[in-house]
Amino acid sequence: MSRVIVALLTGGLFGLGLAVSGMMNPARVLGFLDFAGDWDPTLAFVMGGALLVTVTTFRFILKSPRPLLEEKFYLPEKGDLDAKLLGGAVLFGVGWGLVGLCPGPALVAVVAEVWPIVAFVAAMLVGMLLHAVTFGRSGKT
Amino acid sequence: MENFAPLSGLVGGVMIGLSATLLLLLSGRVAGISGIVGGIFTKGEKSLWRVAFVVGMLFAAVGYVAVVGREGLVELDVSLPLVVLGGLLVGFGTRLGSGCTSGHGVCGIARFSKRSIVATITFFVVAMVTVFIVRHVF
Repeated sequence: MSRVIVALLTGGLFGLGLAVSGMMNPARVLGFLDFAGDWDPTLAFVMGGALLVTVTTFRFILKSPRPLLEEKFYLPEKGDLDAKLLGGAVLFGVGWGLVGLCPGPALVAVVAEVWPIVAFVAAMLVGMLLHAVTFGRSGKT
Repeated sequence: MENFAPLSGLVGGVMIGLSATLLLLLSGRVAGISGIVGGIFTKGEKSLWRVAFVVGMLFAAVGYVAVVGREGLVELDVSLPLVVLGGLLVGFGTRLGSGCTSGHGVCGIARFSKRSIVATITFFVVAMVTVFIVRHVF
């Protein structure tokens, strides 16, 4: 039960952060990615703000033997650079550049009732399912 | 740079970082949204916490919209076929590449993971090139 409450609260904080930062607006994200146009550096401040916190806190947290409510840390185990990592990052980059939405912002933007966002999220879930069917469990985070 | 909003960006970013910190500290999990959402579909995973995380995100967004309103919150000026293509690529790509802006970009870089640093640079550069081609070449 505690892990569900933690997930609800941290998910809420994450969603609020995306909304406050303006990242649920694809136009703002594309404004950052469009360095040759009317450039909007806001996304760099969002990433910077998030990393300012995580770079500082993660090293202390990961020095402890286990998290407070679980037996162990569930961290990505793979260490090598492979074709899946690079190919996936390239495909994601193209999709992100086409629309200006990545998974978190796309999910929270659904509540704005702009219906192409719903189409994007539906297609994103189909893409994830397609991966689950073709590559199985091997590519999980 | 007429839309530039450094303060709200920074404040929102800090909230995202704090969320990732609390999830790792308490539950030992990485706040990677593509992994959390994709994991819901993966056989054999215990997914209740993943569903709860997404529900929490949506609740927060609904609350935010209730306070601030919908006006100008989400602007999407892309044709529907491209929106669908983009969604497919983002869904498949983030799973194949084991992460997105949150998992690789925020949590992975914070662990100084070589894979995450390379993935983040790759998808940022590819997205910038894509935007350049779409907006300035065609």
